[in-house]
Amino acid sequence: MTDSKYFTTTKKGEIFELKAELNSDKKEKKKEAVKKVIASMTVGKDVSALFPDVVNCMQTDNLELKKLVYLYLMNYAKSQPDMAIMAVNTFVKDCEDPNPLIRALAVRTMGCIRVDKITEYLCEPLRKCLKDEDPYVRKTAAVCVAKLHDINAQLVEDQGFLDTLKDLISDSNPMVVANAVAALSEIAESHPSSNLLDLNPQSINKLLTALNECTEWGQIFILDCLANYTPKDDREAQSICERVTPRLSHANSAVVLSAVKVLMKFMEMLSKDLDYYGTLLKKLAPPLVTLLSAEPELQYVALRNINLIVQKRPEILKHEMKVFFVKYNDPIYVKLEKLDIMIRLASQANIAQVLAELKEYATEVDVDFVRKAVRAIGRCAIKVEQSAERCVSTLLDLIQTKVNYVVQEAIVVIKDIFRKYPNKYESVIATLCENLDSLDEPEARAAMIWIVGEYAERIDNADELLESFLEGFHDESTQVQLQLLTAIVKLFLKKPTETQELVQQVLSLATQDSDNPDLRDRGYIYWRLLSTDPVAAKEVVLAEKPLISEETDLIEPTLLDELICYIGTLASVYHKPPSAFVEGGRGVVHKSLPPRTASSESTESPETAPAGAPSSEQPDVIPTQGDLLGDLLNLDLGPPVSGPPLATSSVQMGAVDLLGGGLDSLMGDEPEGIGGPNFVAPPAAAVPANLGASMGSGLSDLFDLTSGVGTLSGSYVAPKAVWLPAMKAKGLEISGTFTRQVGSISMDLQLTNKALQVMTDFAIQFNRNSFGLAPAAPLQVHAPLSPNQTVEISLPLNTVGSVMKMEPLNNLQVAVKNNIDVFYFSTLYPLHILFVEDGKMDRQMFLATWKDIPNENEAQFQIRDCPLNAEAVSGRLQSSNIFTVAKRNVEGQDMLYQSLKLTNGIWVLAELRIQPGNPSFTDLELSLKCRAPEVSQHVYQAYETILKN
Amino acid sequence: MIHSLFLINCSGDIFLEKHWKSVVSQSVCDYFFEAQEKAADVENVPPVISTPHHYLISIHRDRLFFVSVIQTEVPPLFVIEFLHRVADTFQDYFGECSEAAIKDNVVIVYELLEEMLDNGFPLATESNILKELIKPPTILRSVVNSITGSSNVGDTLPTGQLSNIPWRRAGVKYTNNEAYFDVVEEIDAIIDKSGSTVFAEIQGVIDACIKLSGMPDLSLSFMNPRLLDDVSFHPCIRFKRWESERVLSFIPPDGNFRLISYRVSSQNLVAIPVYVKHSISFKENSSCGRFDITIGPKQNMGKTIEGITVTVHMPKVVLNMNLTPTQGSYTFDPVTKVLTWDVGKITPQKLPSLKGLVNLQSGAPKPEENPSLNIQFKIQQLAISGLKVNRLDMYGEKYKPFKGVKYVTKAGKFQVRT
Repeated sequence: MTDSKYFTTTKKGEIFELKAELNSDKKEKKKEAVKKVIASMTVGKDVSALFPDVVNCMQTDNLELKKLVYLYLMNYAKSQPDMAIMAVNTFVKDCEDPNPLIRALAVRTMGCIRVDKITEYLCEPLRKCLKDEDPYVRKTAAVCVAKLHDINAQLVEDQGFLDTLKDLISDSNPMVVANAVAALSEIAESHPSSNLLDLNPQSINKLLTALNECTEWGQIFILDCLANYTPKDDREAQSICERVTPRLSHANSAVVLSAVKVLMKFMEMLSKDLDYYGTLLKKLAPPLVTLLSAEPELQYVALRNINLIVQKRPEILKHEMKVFFVKYNDPIYVKLEKLDIMIRLASQANIAQVLAELKEYATEVDVDFVRKAVRAIGRCAIKVEQSAERCVSTLLDLIQTKVNYVVQEAIVVIKDIFRKYPNKYESVIATLCENLDSLDEPEARAAMIWIVGEYAERIDNADELLESFLEGFHDESTQVQLQLLTAIVKLFLKKPTETQELVQQVLSLATQDSDNPDLRDRGYIYWRLLSTDPVAAKEVVLAEKPLISEETDLIEPTLLDELICYIGTLASVYHKPPSAFVEGGRGVVHKSLPPRTASSESTESPETAPAGAPSSEQPDVIPTQGDLLGDLLNLDLGPPVSGPPLATSSVQMGAVDLLGGGLDSLMGDEPEGIGGPNFVAPPAAAVPANLGASMGSGLSDLFDLTSGVGTLSGSYVAPKAVWLPAMKAKGLEISGTFTRQVGSISMDLQLTNKALQVMTDFAIQFNRNSFGLAPAAPLQVHAPLSPNQTVEISLPLNTVGSVMKMEPLNNLQVAVKNNIDVFYFSTLYPLHILFVEDGKMDRQMFLATWKDIPNENEAQFQIRDCPLNAEAVSGRLQSSNIFTVAKRNVEGQDMLYQSLKLTNGIWVLAELRIQPGNPSFTDLELSLKCRAPEVSQHVYQAYETILKN
Repeated sequence: MIHSLFLINCSGDIFLEKHWKSVVSQSVCDYFFEAQEKAADVENVPPVISTPHHYLISIHRDRLFFVSVIQTEVPPLFVIEFLHRVADTFQDYFGECSEAAIKDNVVIVYELLEEMLDNGFPLATESNILKELIKPPTILRSVVNSITGSSNVGDTLPTGQLSNIPWRRAGVKYTNNEAYFDVVEEIDAIIDKSGSTVFAEIQGVIDACIKLSGMPDLSLSFMNPRLLDDVSFHPCIRFKRWESERVLSFIPPDGNFRLISYRVSSQNLVAIPVYVKHSISFKENSSCGRFDITIGPKQNMGKTIEGITVTVHMPKVVLNMNLTPTQGSYTFDPVTKVLTWDVGKITPQKLPSLKGLVNLQSGAPKPEENPSLNIQFKIQQLAISGLKVNRLDMYGEKYKPFKGVKYVTKAGKFQVRT
């Protein structure tokens, strides 16, 4: 007897027949009917019309029938909420049944009925079941809390179920503990801020005890929970590691990987000198290798994780290269991952084996795999210098096969090898040129053109080769066009006599006939360079190129550390932090590795690195919105691309550097045409901000004949502070300050690229703010910012932007965009950058205004510890556009009457009391009067910063 | 946690769906079908697929796809392990994991799925416990049920469910008490063109079939336990005891289960029992090629190698093959281009060989790649790593059980490159 008979009745009156059977008196017939209903349900047929009839069968002592009815209820209660109420009584009754199986079943099913009305009735039985004497019921009830929380979170909190659940962590039964942890983890995931799993050494101890005794699934939950804990010192970390290590021998691969996660994370805290550290490293290898003998799906996930682990700690698997050798019948997704890891593990010791394997793979059938294998050979050459020669000859062998895609891949990687080992393997160029005609992929064409341009002097017919590409210039992709332009310019600089015509042709093609702004820009730059200063052009275009790094697609260290904390999760499969893809924009808590406690090695830990910046001065990063936007924009962020972008970007960089100088000298007489103060100084392209400042102050000194104090420079400039730490901006660090010189405000920025990829396409925007500050020119970062490069920029500001009162008044919210993402930060600007130059009030006017402003607008402040005399004070203030209108001496005290005007026309009047000649009393008293009293506080702060620095 | 499960057959029909939380529409599987279309081969569908609102994690077992739907961050290995457990359970209950078997037992399947997972949390996945909760179908039971009206659902709490040994049920009784162990070793190897070993390791398992009454406490010791340095254990094994004494001490589950699996990778410990002489060549500009392979015994420890099968995926341009085997029979499937040679036993006096001509598509360029040979074989009464069970002791029960150990070595992923 099989169940397939339940599917056989598909006649018209089916529902009707079932209805009759369900209402039959005979138990057996009833049960058969319910089975038929369930069978229809499983294949997606709608049998909801039978709801009342099925519910009627619920009150029975037959457990199977009861279970079947429950199954039905779970499926259809949502669509029939009113009917579902009918079932409530039976549920409540079943929750009191003497049989624990029925009690558990009832509470389990009630939780699955996602109907609000029912959840109210669920609370009481659930409360009882959470304290049930039978652990089976308790463990089922624990899960039920998570279900209920999913339906109605508020209710769960109000009823205090969360506390009961937390108590269950101390339950005597390990299964109950595991389920409580699982339920709490799930609830915590939807409320990242809540402190549900507040772990302390006691609770950790309980979890570790339960770990040994609960089911494999429970072990996964407990291990994942343990991974979120940060031990207080290396001793605690070691003792947890010791108790987790036995899990590495578990048959369930998910348990193994979760244990690996805990160990990888806590290892960070152990000193490398410790014997235990070495033991642990040795213990990690075998279970990881064992994962590779499992089913292909498991292998895939394991390999993605191993990829992270070998980047973080290559020593673990360095002797296990062979297990990553590819078998011809591995699924393609496994093959590609294995290949990746093979290259990461390649070293001088094993390179011969690896190369032999890669060569084998390059003759396989699967195109994607073959391509990757060819590329891998190139990567080996770059990584292991001793093998380069062998790799090149292997690649040449492969080019001889004339298999089209193999040849193209080989040429792309040979270009990288040339970059890494210049002037070493040029003998192969001839072979490469033979294959010129077969190249049809842009990347390969661009690579070939680069090679021809770079070695133009050694290729006799370089001009012919390049000319042949030029014929179809407009049909080429941008990548090829850019490369062709650069290559021809290189050729021209090397062999100027024969190629003048060619270079003219390409320049006009690029500048006049092209719609692509990048191409046009590059064309114009070359053109101007060549026409103004060919020597400089040579220096720029043929400059020595920076070396390319060994490993081109490593994950950025900060991201890697975060991903290590996510071993075994989806994040580790995608190699992206959960914030990049988890649905719903819930604020995902960023995890980071614990800092090593032994201080000598603190540089290794990511936590301590940004801590170097004074944390108190760190501006707030605008939180929620930013993260959300970041999430949205981050979706397509791939790993850094290897090869060609590096090459082209360096070329661009060279070009732009030259452009700076060239353009400046060209346009030296109309500096404003380019719009940034950084272009004012003629000789250097990028003027360091302070140089500009001192120049400006020189100028202001000239205008400022009234100033008696000559030693002081212009408006006070605060030192640069870190506004956006690299941790929060995917490796971009921004620090900056504000300056005011001769009537213009600017924001001096310092951008540092702490990521592994090149940053381009910078742009900046301000939110509306109290004084309408806005960038007067776009953010001009001329060259792509390479890793570890820093650039200083002075961004001119004006005050004609839109106005919105901020809290605090001088708060400025800034968005900076680059090719990676958009980042948000906010900073406070000192008010004195808004003090205008014509802020000096006439004496009479001052008196009248002082009287005119009501007394309640007067604010009193004290500036402590300022041992300056009246002269020095007024001199300093004047350079920041606070003007002394009058000075009086009253009872041995100097009274200064001062005025200043803000960019929006608000006048602020001040009375400053100084007690000279009294060294024990160095406080200044400041009274401010202003029609807009809310600025007083900030004016006072400006006074203080100006006077104290 | 695991949200829903869809079972899909090889022709792309969804024939069963189960939702543990809210209902997810079948249309989510379209993303899976899309991925399937993109992959050249069914086995090449990536196991983790992301869709705008869900993640699909799937496994491919016995020509069926188990596709699970995930909404939040869940360890993918957890899901994959669970799905394999589901497939194992079907296999265990119905003797095979096929569409027909599942459709025939759809109500039991549904009950099982409900019992295995609660709100996405695994509940009972041990076959011993499941069998107490839901009786497997047998012809006899269904006859009895229909007469007496009793059901195949247990109505008592499974005893193992909450004890410290959740894998064993109480009150087990046998008239014949037996304990059998199968030591099965598979050789994974890649042999290169010249016959030298590129990579070789042994994947071993010890499968047990224990039919002992009561609560027996067993300890199994080995002659050479040092071989086992990379081991995965069934949860029943006391890890501490193994660490200190290298003895497997455990209270076994009832019935069939995998006690340990292990890996021996040290190259010199892995003997390669067969060698292959091969010469496969395709002539330039002609539509034929030569094919010649011979198999012989190598380090076979004096045992007979039997059950040899050679499978070769020939290049696409091969149209047909005209071969003569000295032993056994061969088939060539011109559609999948798979050559299978069923050799049988090796007799050292006359080595089996297969030679003949290969017909290629005329005009096509000669294939770049040379096919790899996939070899299957079996050696009875030998664990190639040399692992030997020393003795089995039983404590806690009075009776004297019947004990037995069997060894077998097989080829795992054994590939010869040509």
